Amino acid sequence: MTTTIRERERRTGWMLIIPAMLVLAFVYAYPIARSFWLSLFTENLGTQLQPVFSGLNNYGRMIQDGRFWQTIANTMVFTISTLVLELILGMGIALVLNQAFKGRGAVRTIAIIPWALPTALIATTWAWIFNDQFGVVNDILLRLGIIDTGINWLGNPAPAMLSVIIADVWKTTSFVAILLLAGLQSISNDLYEAHSIDGASPWQSFRQITLPLLMPQILIASLFRFAQAFGIFDLIQVMTGGGPGGATETVSIYIYATVMRYLDFGYGAALVVVTFVLLVAVVALAAFFLSKLRTATTGDA
Amino acid sequence: MAKLELSHLNKTYSPKIIPVKDVSLDVDDGEFLTLLGPSGCGKSTILRLIAGLEQPTRGEIRIDGKNVTQHSPGDRNIAMVFQSYALYPHMTVYDNMASGLKLKRVSSEEIRRRIEQVSLFLGLGNLMQRKPGQLSGGQRQRVALGRALVRQPDVFLLDEPLSNLDALLREQVRAELKQIFESQNTPVVYVTHDQTEAMTLSTKVAVLSNGDLQQLDPPRRIYTHPANRFVAGFVGSPQMNLLDLKCEGKFAILGNYKIPLPGRMTPPPEITLGVRPEHVRLAEPSDTHTLQGKVILKENLGMSDLLSVKVKGAENQTLRALLPSDRPWSAEEVTLALPPDLIHWFDVETGDRLTSENLQPVY
Repeated sequence: MTTTIRERERRTGWMLIIPAMLVLAFVYAYPIARSFWLSLFTENLGTQLQPVFSGLNNYGRMIQDGRFWQTIANTMVFTISTLVLELILGMGIALVLNQAFKGRGAVRTIAIIPWALPTALIATTWAWIFNDQFGVVNDILLRLGIIDTGINWLGNPAPAMLSVIIADVWKTTSFVAILLLAGLQSISNDLYEAHSIDGASPWQSFRQITLPLLMPQILIASLFRFAQAFGIFDLIQVMTGGGPGGATETVSIYIYATVMRYLDFGYGAALVVVTFVLLVAVVALAAFFLSKLRTATTGDA
Repeated sequence: MAKLELSHLNKTYSPKIIPVKDVSLDVDDGEFLTLLGPSGCGKSTILRLIAGLEQPTRGEIRIDGKNVTQHSPGDRNIAMVFQSYALYPHMTVYDNMASGLKLKRVSSEEIRRRIEQVSLFLGLGNLMQRKPGQLSGGQRQRVALGRALVRQPDVFLLDEPLSNLDALLREQVRAELKQIFESQNTPVVYVTHDQTEAMTLSTKVAVLSNGDLQQLDPPRRIYTHPANRFVAGFVGSPQMNLLDLKCEGKFAILGNYKIPLPGRMTPPPEITLGVRPEHVRLAEPSDTHTLQGKVILKENLGMSDLLSVKVKGAENQTLRALLPSDRPWSAEEVTLALPPDLIHWFDVETGDRLTSENLQPVY
């Protein structure tokens, strides 16, 4: 029996791809499918932790669940605020790091350190920084005479949200900056020179050359940051535990509490499924724009 | 319209790195000046100084009599074509060409009119809505030219615009460039290391080496009267034969042969003889001064053969001769003649051209 080269190549191809597919199936597909299956059952203390089929009941309950909608709102506030701040600050840092100056290599390395540190450590540090009695922030504000009495940062809803946003921005801006810096470096200096000979000011060059050509990196950074911020858990869990009074409770923390504290497995699974679908929808949307953008900048279909 | 003047231009990066040393040049309307030299000679730096992308350490740049040395690039009304073309990859061909005019707040009607005119001229009409990524190298090059032309600048600057094209296309675009800029009546400064481009396009050529201006002359004269040994060796292909010879009385000694020095020259102890391979010919019976030599290498160039010849008695000297392929010669031994009026003499020490009235050929 003879096989053509093409057939043999195809067989080799399958053999090479199967291990990766198996890993994906076990690590991603199975848990998602299992969660969806679990979400169709009621399995909590009321049923003595036995699964009882209840159809879409869990989803119906979710629509009525004010705490769920509050956590969605908290997550969106956190996600959008950090995303916007990190993009703006990250762009600024990337533009500076893209300039030639003495010690640029060292500064670039230092810039990435916050992102490389363990989140729990950073969260603990920031919790102390915002501590109402001994925190640095209150101390500085008091000394400058901006406030008369210390603010209870983590004990009040709005300041607590602000605190976790600041901590996250501090930690992750450098990641965005490095991503954008890679994009900036791929833009040829000739373009800026040609543009300046055409009579463009630096601001015009930034808007007409840098921004459009950096769009793929901006979108990728947004996508990464959106997915990460939407699932934020560790930083907030350590800093506020979702408090005060649920003011900083995000979807992940709520799911954790539902499953691990209230032992409501069926409802927790339904929350996971909805969060998953939301996230996939956003990622798909971003991927779609990304491919559009590629076509727009390079002209390749 | 305008005149470009550079006076005592100097650019110093550090005491040891001086890419431009005291260069003064004028380029008039309709003149096409080529800055020619090997890489690192400072030709691109001069162009960038004119464009305002870099600031001179000393010296002045004047356009139309106005000192623009301190003006930013956008205020000099110049257009530059980059080696990489520097087309904006996210804009269509039309927007690429319109960009400079929009920044100068030219009315959109005027922009449309100018682009239509230039695109007709360059044959870009059907490419207007394409992105640079969808164009061939030759088309990109033409868009880059178009972007410069629609600006209607006071000075055109071109930085090795042909070097990214393949050989065949380069020849075709070179001819187009000549036509385009002959119709412009604007000073053009063109940078290249390719002597063919310099010879065919320019009305005058500035040969540069190590930041120094070696010679500024029309291309023909650069070829016939190289100012020094560097220019002689750099311009012309195949390269000019440059042989360091001892002198005896009124003769330079090449192996067993004596080559007469021109009349009034006081013979130095040593002298550099320069003769182009294409001027070396097979000896004829009427020739009085001939050289015999052994052929060590024959390179077929198509319409002619390039021979490397060891002259009898001077085994360490090689003379190259470009001979028509159809002429017969023995494969091993040739007798050659050097036309006395086509021999150049250079000072061994300084490399400067040594002249005397008898020496200068008349064209």
